[in-house]
Amino acid sequence: MQPDPVIFTPLLAAACTIFLWSCYRRFSLVTVGAAEDRFSNTWDRLQAMFVYAFLQKRVVKRPFGVNHVFIFWSFLILAVANTEFLISGVFPAAKLSLLLPAALYQPLLFAFDLVSLFALAAVVIALVRRAVAPPYKGARTGEAFAILSMIGTLMLAYFSFHAAEIALGHEPAAHVMPLSSLLAAALSSLSPETLGTVGVASWWLHAGVLLFFLNYLPYSKHMHILAAIPNCYFKGLGTPNTQAREEFAEGNVYGAGSIENFTWKDLFDSFSCTECGRCENACPAAATGKPLNPRLVMHDIKVNLLANGAQLQRGGVATVPVIGEGEGSVEVDALWSCTTCGACLNACPVFIEQMPKINKMRRHLVQMEADFPEELLNLFENMEQRSNPWGIAPGDRGKWVGGHEVKPFEAGQTEYLFYVGCAGSFDSRAKQVTLSMARILDAAGISWGILGKEEKCCGDSVRRLGNEYVFDKMARENVAMFQEKKVTKVITQCPHCFSTLKNDYRQYGLELEVIPHAELIEQLLGEGKLQLDMHEATGGNIVFHDSCYLGRHNGVYEAPRKVIAQATGTAPAEMPRNRENSFCCGAGGGRMWLEEHLGERINLNRVNEALAGSPGTICVTCPYCMTMMEDGLKDRASGQTKVKDIAEIVAEGLKGRA
Amino acid sequence: MYVVACIKQVPDTTQVQIDPVTNTLVRDGIPFIINPYDTHALEESLRMKGRYGFKAAALSMGPPNAEAALRKALALGVDEAILLSDRAFGGADTLSTSNVLAAAISKLAQDDEVGIVFCGKQTIDGDTAQVGPGIAIRLGFSQLTLVDRIEHLDFLSKKIRVRRKLEGRYEIVEAKLPAMITVVRELNRPRYPTVPMRLKAAKGEVRVWDNSELKLDPNSIGLKGSPTWVSRIFSPERSKGEMLGDGLNDPKGTARLLVERLLARDMLAV
Repeated sequence: MQPDPVIFTPLLAAACTIFLWSCYRRFSLVTVGAAEDRFSNTWDRLQAMFVYAFLQKRVVKRPFGVNHVFIFWSFLILAVANTEFLISGVFPAAKLSLLLPAALYQPLLFAFDLVSLFALAAVVIALVRRAVAPPYKGARTGEAFAILSMIGTLMLAYFSFHAAEIALGHEPAAHVMPLSSLLAAALSSLSPETLGTVGVASWWLHAGVLLFFLNYLPYSKHMHILAAIPNCYFKGLGTPNTQAREEFAEGNVYGAGSIENFTWKDLFDSFSCTECGRCENACPAAATGKPLNPRLVMHDIKVNLLANGAQLQRGGVATVPVIGEGEGSVEVDALWSCTTCGACLNACPVFIEQMPKINKMRRHLVQMEADFPEELLNLFENMEQRSNPWGIAPGDRGKWVGGHEVKPFEAGQTEYLFYVGCAGSFDSRAKQVTLSMARILDAAGISWGILGKEEKCCGDSVRRLGNEYVFDKMARENVAMFQEKKVTKVITQCPHCFSTLKNDYRQYGLELEVIPHAELIEQLLGEGKLQLDMHEATGGNIVFHDSCYLGRHNGVYEAPRKVIAQATGTAPAEMPRNRENSFCCGAGGGRMWLEEHLGERINLNRVNEALAGSPGTICVTCPYCMTMMEDGLKDRASGQTKVKDIAEIVAEGLKGRA
Repeated sequence: MYVVACIKQVPDTTQVQIDPVTNTLVRDGIPFIINPYDTHALEESLRMKGRYGFKAAALSMGPPNAEAALRKALALGVDEAILLSDRAFGGADTLSTSNVLAAAISKLAQDDEVGIVFCGKQTIDGDTAQVGPGIAIRLGFSQLTLVDRIEHLDFLSKKIRVRRKLEGRYEIVEAKLPAMITVVRELNRPRYPTVPMRLKAAKGEVRVWDNSELKLDPNSIGLKGSPTWVSRIFSPERSKGEMLGDGLNDPKGTARLLVERLLARDMLAV
């Protein structure tokens, strides 16, 4: 009942040829992208690939991911079975049971039998889940159901073929195939002719679905089967929030306004996406009804590449714009909705980098088209002209000091530079945090100084908003000043300053030891340098809100929690979305300076979550979070709940305070 | 046809301080910007360029460092940037300034017809609003001040209709070209330079004309041509009002004082 190799061999050859050709055509499209080095650190990359692709460390972070692990590993194990299946279709003698000793092939056949059942069960669960509780609205696509059904059919065909073989007595290894044997027993009443027909039909069904699936892959979102593993290998090893610098020279293009302006890795990302929807579910813009959906950003980039790729390869130009309306283009409003919170980067099981692509498209809009929301005109002018977002006189930067005694930073005289930041210098609420920090530093006996009038904005907002040209100027000036003043250790109280000085300025050759205030305070408490009256912070019951640029982008989760626990004697309450799953306040990525016209307000969404636990205080570690949470509380008219920076909570407990 | 924007580089006045001893502006380390009203004049000239294909020229009278303002104009898209700079132009009041600008526009007109000259309604340092009208008079151009909208432009009959924003009312007026128009901020939203344009502007040419080019009577320019002298600059004394508490360091205390005061005068209902 073996099929005729004369019929099967040319079919297999054709299927494989077409598959390889399809793969080549699709994957070669990424070469229209710009160069990017993702080949360094081979060992780290191999490790990442092993942990994230093969062990699926991120996949299992969501409960349903376990089901995927079953399908993935079944797929890997059955790849051996399917290879045998296809080869034996050409060379009937090339069977494991004939080639390998019993000690080897028997466990293998046993595994195939068992794993096929696991895979079948996992596929059925996945089908039911997609039908009953889809991962996101619109996930019930024909493509998704078709792919799951094909995998299910493969398993069913596998069992019915082997059952028929066993029932006919053609399978010498039947005793190691319990499930197929069970089915064979059920089929035993059938005549040998019928069994023969079932066997042949099942074989052809299996072969047909397998070869069709193989050729459907490169044209479906299930291309991730081929792309996701290398994508984990090529993942960003540093902090992916630090976008690459641009070189400003005549004739260059800036950002990505056309598909070929992306790098090959950006384009490869789009092939790795299987539209699982985790980024979409984590995205604060998507959650609040804004036009941004990181999953669709990747989808549109892929559609765009497929539409433009071939003509670009022939030396033509792209005809479908990457920014604009319709499938294959990302909407302008979607690009401006991003808070660069990094939730999408964190959620993606295969390290697709959605947010940096949004930044590249913003760079194009700002730098090539000078096209951006009108609120930003003032911001950009203020940043370039006066080095702060409000356009306040730079000479007023040191005024927060008031009557307090604060030293200027001088290398050799003062150990730390306290980089106050724009909000801490000018925003009346944030200035109170600055004063709290000053008291803490003095109480701990730290040797510190400030730059005062000479301090400049770090440039975070303009960089995230895509105005790389102005950021580049600001960064160069700051780096030159830090080098000239021999600054080596910096204390920050704003996570945006922190991340920019630490990560972005490294691209300018400046390696600073930058310590966010939460970590410094934790350290000081640990060393016993700060004596606190254990007290209940006003209102008691503190809930902690993670800042994206401290938490997700830089991994500082525990320090602020430990500080609160030490300062108040009680660990902070947690919101349902916390630590790496925290929800942005809505102000990152320069959104602080933009009106929020579309959808629900992000800060209200977060404040509602915080208020669910009826906290006395929402503790923040960022001046932007402070503004957004306070504004949200005002809108909710929430009574007694207050927002405090972690430095304020600690400063309240300082012994002998005035 | 040329459309000309006259721009002035001014000290960024949010940062200007007056020396309490000498009563003069402290200019040390103060950054310069294009007079904000002039950025709208510049923008309108660029829109005319875009819409009608005029050549856009930006003029500025000032010291050599005013080149920065003209370079920004180049980055925004003007075709010609001309700096009117000469020691002899120094110390000018509005009269001699308009003499120089008018002469420069006349010189430009030898090249090609000048259709419209845009100026900001006034500068934020001098605040006189006299230079634009002065140019119009000297050139015999129609004078349209405080314009917030260009209603219509007709090349055949060489007429322009604009809306003037006056106190409490608008006025729609029609005038013959060539015209000198001073603009208010409502007229348009200035553009932002693209990076390729910035880089191009950094290498672009800013032409410098001194008086050897303009050939003006030395008595009509600079200090000599200026009948106005500034005898004293001072901050007006506060006649009324007081500072309540120390708002910077004790905002709550200040707020309490204010509320108490308002309650005492029965200006606040509880």
